[in-house]
Order: sequence, then C-alpha cells, then structure tokens
Amino acid sequence: MLKQTEGSHAVAEAVGLCRPEVICAYPITPQTHIVEGLGELVKSGHLKGCEYINVESEFAALSVAIGASAAGARAYTATSSQGLLFMAEAVYNASGLGLPIVMTLGNRAIGAPINIWNDHSDAMALRDAGWIQLFAETNQEAVDLHIQAFKLAEILSCPVMVCVDGFILTHAVERIDVPEQELVDAFLPPYEPVQVLDPKDPVSIGAMVGPEAFTEVRYLEHHKQMRALDLIPELSAEFKSIFGRDAGGLVRPYRTEGADTIVVAMGSVNGTIKDVIDDRREAGDKIGCLSICSFRPFPLEEVRAELLGVRRIVVLEKSLAVGLGGVLASHVRMALRGRNQLVYTLIAGLGGRPILKKSLSAFLSKVEAEPHADVHFLDLKNDIVEREIERASQQRRSGPTAENVLKHIGSPMAGLV
Amino acid sequence: MNIIKFYQKGTYTVGNRLVSEEERTTQSSQERTNSITCGHRACQGCGEALGARYAIDSAMRATNNQLIAVNATGCLEVFTTPYPETSWQIPWIHSLFGNAAAVATGVAAAQRIKGRDNVRVIAQGGDGGTTDIGFGCLSGMFERNDDVLYICYDNQAYMNTGVQRSSATPPAARTATTPPVGPEPGNVFGTGKNVPLIAMAHNIPYVATAAVADLRDLEAKVTKAMGIRGARYIHILVPCPLGWGSAAHDTVRVARLAVESGIFPLFEAEHGVVTNSTAIRRQVPVADYLLAQRRFAHLFKKGKPVDDRAGRLQAMADENIRRYNLLRGEETDR
Repeated sequence: MLKQTEGSHAVAEAVGLCRPEVICAYPITPQTHIVEGLGELVKSGHLKGCEYINVESEFAALSVAIGASAAGARAYTATSSQGLLFMAEAVYNASGLGLPIVMTLGNRAIGAPINIWNDHSDAMALRDAGWIQLFAETNQEAVDLHIQAFKLAEILSCPVMVCVDGFILTHAVERIDVPEQELVDAFLPPYEPVQVLDPKDPVSIGAMVGPEAFTEVRYLEHHKQMRALDLIPELSAEFKSIFGRDAGGLVRPYRTEGADTIVVAMGSVNGTIKDVIDDRREAGDKIGCLSICSFRPFPLEEVRAELLGVRRIVVLEKSLAVGLGGVLASHVRMALRGRNQLVYTLIAGLGGRPILKKSLSAFLSKVEAEPHADVHFLDLKNDIVEREIERASQQRRSGPTAENVLKHIGSPMAGLV
Repeated sequence: MNIIKFYQKGTYTVGNRLVSEEERTTQSSQERTNSITCGHRACQGCGEALGARYAIDSAMRATNNQLIAVNATGCLEVFTTPYPETSWQIPWIHSLFGNAAAVATGVAAAQRIKGRDNVRVIAQGGDGGTTDIGFGCLSGMFERNDDVLYICYDNQAYMNTGVQRSSATPPAARTATTPPVGPEPGNVFGTGKNVPLIAMAHNIPYVATAAVADLRDLEAKVTKAMGIRGARYIHILVPCPLGWGSAAHDTVRVARLAVESGIFPLFEAEHGVVTNSTAIRRQVPVADYLLAQRRFAHLFKKGKPVDDRAGRLQAMADENIRRYNLLRGEETDR
C-alpha cells in the first residue's frame, strides 16, 4: 500500500510483515524509530506471535537474538554506530554459529569525536564479520531489502545486515509502497532452522574448534557468501515477480553505456550522484555510476564487468580507512586487478557532511581534466586543517583536537542567524 | 524436598540408604540423566565438574528432562566440548564469555513463542563470566525477570586462562595477577562484590548459595529453583585444586571448611528477603580453611599468621555468621 511515511517506520512495518518471533531492542540514534515502531506493533497486538525484549545493551540485544535464533525463532534487531561496535563480539559469533539473524544498521559515524550523523564507518568496521551486508539506496529499497534479507539469511543460515543511511533515509518521510501481508507470506516461508536447541534431539552448539578444523569452518562461511552471489540476484528477480519492482541485486549501473568515467558508491548518495550524472550527461560528459548493493559478499566479477573499458573510476565512499584511504576503493581495485584503469578515492559525507552536487561535479571536472592524487577529501576545509597542524606544532600541550577545531569554526548556527 | 539433617558420623556424607526412596538424591537414582557424561577433560578434583553434574542432573529431574543449557566461555565450556566429543547429553549452546544470561533470555523467549512452556532454560558460567564480564547481561536478565535459572560456579578466579584475579577472588589470595610479593602480597582488601546480594537487590523470585560440600543441599536448591518461574540465581562455591593450591582429594573438604568457617554462608532468599540459612554445625576457624590452600600460604609462617590479614578474613567470616545467623546452636549432629 502506498503511503507517505518515515523510512524507519516503513522498515518497522516491513520487518513486522516478515513475522519475526523475537525482537531485541536497545536504543541508539538514528535507529530508534525502527525499534519504537516495532515495539508499537507488538504491544498493540498488530504483530502477533512475537516477543519484544527491551535489553540493557547492544551486546545483549544481539546475544538475545543469538539465543532465540538457535532455539528456532526468527530473530531481529537493529542498531547503529557505537552500538554495532559494542556488539562486535556477538556479530562475529552470530555468523560463526551460522544463525540467520537479520539486523538493520542505521548507518552512523563512529566517535571520537562523538557524532550522530550518517556515514558508513560502522558497516565498514565489521565488514569482515561474516555477515551479508546489503546497502539500501532508497527507503523503498530499505523496505524491500528487509523482506529479501530474511529469506536470504534463512536459505543460507547466515546473518544479514541491511544498511540504511542514518537520518538521510531513516528519518526521511517519503512515498513508500509497503507490501501486503499476503505477498510477503508468498515470498517468505516460515523459518525452518538447520540447527535447533531441542530436548527431543539434543545437540551441542558452539564447541571449541582447534587448528584441525577452524580453517574448514571459516571456508564454509566464505562458501555461503559465495553462494549468496548467485542467490542475491535470484531473490531480487523472484521479488520482482511477486512485488513488481526492482530491489536488491548485487550492483546497479546507471547510464554507464559508453562512459569514460564511472562513479562507484553505496547507499543513498547514489541519488545525488545520479542527479550530477544527468546534469553532466546533458552537458556532453560521458559519465555514469555504479551502485553497490551487496558489499558482502563483494561482487568482484560484476564490478569488473561493469567497469570494463572505463577510463577512470571515482569511488565515492562515506568511510575512511585511516592510514590508507578508501575501503570500497580497495575493493574496486581488487575487482580491476591486472587492468590499467585510474581509480580515485573520494572520501565524502563523513559524520553527516552534506555531499553537494556542486562539489561532486567540480571534483569530477577536475579528474576528467588531469590526473589527480589517489585520495581526495570532498570539501575538506584545508585552512582549518593547516591552522590546527601549525597550532599543535607550537606547543606540546596543544589540547584536544576536535575542541580546538570547533573553537576556531565557532557555532554552526552562527552563520545562519 | 525436605531438608535432610541426617549425617553419617565421620564422613558427613548423607546416607541415602537411610532415607525413603523419594528423599534420595538425584545422583543416587538409577534414573539420573548423566547430563554431563564421563570422559570430559576437567582436572582431577574439579569442583566445577562436580557442582555442574549435580546441578544439571537435578534440573533435568525437576523438569522431566525438558532442559536447555547455555554456557559462558570458561573451564566448564572448554573441558566438556573438546569437539568432536561432547559431554553434554542435553541441548547445549556456548556463545560468548559475557553473554550467557542474554542468550538464555533469547532461548527462553523462543520457547514461549513456540508454545513450549515446559522446556526450561539454565544459563551457567564461572565467576569471571558472571560477576565480571557477564554482569551487565546478568543484571538485565534479572531485571526483566526472564524465565532463566543462572548458575554461577564460583572458583574465585579466572582459572581457565591460568588463575588470574576476578572480582570474586577473596582478599589476600594469590593469583597470577595478584602475586604474593610486595608490602601487600596477594589480592587487595577491596569492598567485595557479593553477587547473590546484588541478585537479591533485583527482587527476583529466588536466590541461593550452595557449595559442593553439601551436594544434597545443592540438589534441593536447584530442584526448588526449577519449580519457580522467572529469574533465579544460584551461586555455587566450587574449589579449584589448581588455582587454590589445594589437594585434588580435598575439594569437598575445602568447600566444607569454607562453609563451616562462615567465610562462605549458605542461604536462600525469595523476592529479596533471606528466607533460610544453613547453620554452621561445627564451627572451624577461618585459618583452617586458609591453611588448606597454597594461595593463602603467604599469610602464615609455621602455621602462625604473619600479620593481621588472616584476622581480617576471620572478621569477614564473623560478619557473615552475624548477618545470616549461622551459629544458632541447633542440634544437627545427631
């Protein structure tokens, strides 16, 4: 049903339609509206057959989900940022035990300095934790990916993280088609666990595994994700056959035909990028973009195929591998192994900094005109950085960096009044 | 089950032959489930293996064998599951060190939602997994009153990693991280962290302490706990010959000295109120308990205290005796 609603609320409704049996909630901005929405669905009786458990930390949230999933219940939780890091140990544990938990990650920066706004640092921090990671481009896709995620997770018995940009998507109110229950039921069968704690058939789960078998267990985890490379497009196609719209898949090209330049990115920023590409195509620039929906498993072959023959690739990413540059860019370079193609890393949108069409277009013009440094920080305020480096070099006790930078910039409201 | 006060002279072992069939222990029954079966890798004289065996078999009997166990990382987890072998004859899951209580909450929630209310859940861990790293999850489980019995097997240090101090390590005790050197050798005299009392502060339906000195009492408390719904906590003192520096054949004796000296009081509490304590039958000085363990050896020279620290430990026992009314002059040694 079409409705004007907030992204988080639509995600909550979508999760509810998937008939979860145990939901564990611990609040963190910007994930809060999702678990609030689900709490209301359960408490009001609209979502039946579901236990909603308010826990004392994210670590407990995922741990409760682990117990519920191992006991045969369909389990769900949601988090963001610091919360994901706080549950990091359990994140690895859930995948290591092969439990098909679905978790929404309302993407948010990681502190210090503490920052509640959007970037992808959280998802990138746990990219190798054995979870499938899907990135939603729009709120419609966020809804649709959750429905696919439960099915994907349960077929593989592997946890799935649906990444939804904090605030940009979670708090945006827009037109969303929330599917009918019958359609979701037709797509998503009841959860049939591959392992379950049951007194009728006792099993031990979570035994110690030494060098004699650890590699094999890890390989099998990798093998699941390699299977997901086939499954994700299949589920996307099946989803379309039932719901009548595209959602998910591994990668999504936009106006890449004959392109000299392709911008690669994940999540909601693809909307801005597409606008820039439309403008530049109109002006005669041969440019397109490639949205990566599945970051784990990373679709190396699809990315390689989509970028075939492209002169330069700009990887726009909302995270920074400190001391290296880009995470996504490293992946793209791996996909392009053996090929002589220019890859630029464009770090943008950290801690919620707006990614402006104007700035992005200016950078694209620059790299199209002449070679540029490997790593570029979009809209970096060079004067502030240089002044702080200089100031810190003047005295040993130069004080806290973030506070000094803020002192220099002044109140963000100052320029607005 | 009635509290049995009949003790065989000399050994203090409860004589099953002398009581009626229904009052006999779970372990004496041919129907016992051997939930942790033989062949596990616990050290000789392991108090935790003994305590867990009695606790789980009793819980099995009390639940008509409808039991799922969640285990924190630690000795019990490691020595029972050297896969592909497992000692567990019941459904069992180990997730992490600090989340056993939360995982158990999830397992219990799944039973409820699946309409399997007869299937009950136990979470268990050592003192490190309970009083330190798992404390947040434990408190959360208590506060929500989730239908889980949490059992802490307290051997008073991180034994699995090689005897490092935990918040359950007693003052002055030698551990690998509180060596008996310097002006204040061994563990510090802190303020203590009494998790049974903290559990009581959550007003949960049932809290009890037990020790492997009195296995009938341990069985009775587990059985009672499984007859109650909601969050329950049993804290069992389980000597560790390796970490305590006690003889493997002395595990039960050392546990008894802890109880009979008052340093480890046995009591039960319901909804935050102490309802019962086990009277000390034949009081012994704390020094007897300390001298049986090398971890306290630095407190004595030729059997005599080197300073006031043994006395301070005696004062702690005296305070327990007062607080739980452990010297009631009851005639129990019939």
